Amino acid sequence: MIEIKNLSKSLGNKQVLKDIAFNLPKGGISSIIGPNGAGKSTLLCLMARLLSLDSGSVAFDGLDIAKTRDDTLAKKISILTQSNAISSRLSVEQLVMFGRFPHHRGRPRLADEEFVTIMLELMELTDIRFDFIDELSGGQQQRAFIAMILAQDTDYILLDEPLNNLDMKHARNIMKTLKDVADNMNKTIILVIHDINFAAHYSDYFIGLKQGEIIVRGDVDTVLTQSQIKLIYDIDVSINIINNKKHIFYYS
Amino acid sequence: MLLKYTLALISILILFTTSLFVGVGELNISGYLNGSHEQELIMLASRLPRSFAVVLTGSALAIVGVIMQKVAHNKFVEPTTAGTMDSAALGILVASILMPQSSLMAKMLVATGFSLVGSWVFLRILKHLPITNPLLVPLVGIMLGGVIGSVAGFIAYEADLIQYLSIWISGDFSGILRGRYEMLWLTFGLSIGAYLIADQLTIIGMGKNISLNLGLNYRAITSLGLIIVSMVTAIIVATVGMIPFIGLIIPNLVNRFVGDDLRQALPIIAYVGGCLTLLCDIAGRLIIFPYEVPVSTIVGVTGSLAFIFLLLKRDTNV
Repeated sequence: MIEIKNLSKSLGNKQVLKDIAFNLPKGGISSIIGPNGAGKSTLLCLMARLLSLDSGSVAFDGLDIAKTRDDTLAKKISILTQSNAISSRLSVEQLVMFGRFPHHRGRPRLADEEFVTIMLELMELTDIRFDFIDELSGGQQQRAFIAMILAQDTDYILLDEPLNNLDMKHARNIMKTLKDVADNMNKTIILVIHDINFAAHYSDYFIGLKQGEIIVRGDVDTVLTQSQIKLIYDIDVSINIINNKKHIFYYS
Repeated sequence: MLLKYTLALISILILFTTSLFVGVGELNISGYLNGSHEQELIMLASRLPRSFAVVLTGSALAIVGVIMQKVAHNKFVEPTTAGTMDSAALGILVASILMPQSSLMAKMLVATGFSLVGSWVFLRILKHLPITNPLLVPLVGIMLGGVIGSVAGFIAYEADLIQYLSIWISGDFSGILRGRYEMLWLTFGLSIGAYLIADQLTIIGMGKNISLNLGLNYRAITSLGLIIVSMVTAIIVATVGMIPFIGLIIPNLVNRFVGDDLRQALPIIAYVGGCLTLLCDIAGRLIIFPYEVPVSTIVGVTGSLAFIFLLLKRDTNV
């Protein structure tokens, strides 16, 4: 369970988040949606202690992030931020193994290696596991980073735009994998995601953010309605049901 | 694998032996083995210390170069392009003026403090540079080094210590004798210290967010890395003098082939650093025999060529 209480954050002179408060139960995929500049990424970074809180508190299963040791938190929550312009020349396998660092602290054991092998397989990276990441395409890099985060094997996984740079096939496969990981390995996954139809298809819970405030949250039937989307994004859309899933048509 | 290790061992042994027997004082293998007292003295008092000093200096400089690159997230920095070396020279100068009676060790500690401050200032400046232009980073570092160096030059001029300053600034192994280089063994210990935190250093090289995500104390590891860099730099400036480019060229060369995972790369970086510095020092002794070209000149010339090559060849991922 994630508990967030009256969280606020200013960057420079601008207040990015105002008095955010919500609880998220364990399990499933939650998507944070909203227009550019709504504070989605900032919220995710604050939850993962990459930025410091101005006020309020964040706790995962009762562990307050401000009071818990970093190495303990690294086994509880993981985060992948949006830009990972990495200058390091590591092989895919080495990168994914660094995801195990909180567990092995520099001494990888056989169990860690097995875990890495599974994650490489899951992210379809086995064929390129010895390639250096700085020589891969953007999409391959993104998959390698997601594999690293999954290798960290934390209860809570925070991903900022995980579908960046991915083609249709890999975007779909990764969302399927995430859904699978959430349901079968009892993980709680929180996404910042722009592709509203991917969110509609795979998410269990939605948080709609606008100008630093939560304006709506709930399940797909509560949040993904014409009126709520108008409220969040300020555009008119039509919503169709295709194969029992909502499809939001916003192209014209 | 075994073959590679054997070849590596043989090549450094050949270089090391060559280094033992190249010099003005007459020393040859047969004479030495016959037990000539004079030859034994040359060997123990001069040649052996010098060869050890070269290997220790080369490998330590290569290691601190790569640490600096991880800490600054830039492939073109090393102690001479980050103000660290000049700060160390300034530190030794100040120590020599304020406490002339103190031991070399004490002066070295003062120099360590100075180079820590110098590197820290450099990192502070980096925060204000646009990350889109990685070449700006070493340029700013060289300028910072220039400013600190000119302060040192002024002080040395006023205190009539210009000659000493030039000894610290231009690295040269010809002055290495038994009793005057042993402090360099400390760099060996510091290099092992760096190897113990190899994983942590690799992770901070991946950026602040990933480090925090993996539960690393980013500041603590950065500080630890800078302390190692500053101590090694101070020791080398105090005993041998500044040698540019080794910390820059060697890691970038090794990185092409074995990548950036320091657990794997660090021993290779140290090895290649030791070998190439030996090669440069031997060349320096032979080029205008019986006179010597300082190793810093040899390394400076070959290193700057290699640096230009790296710059021109560099791909988008810097």
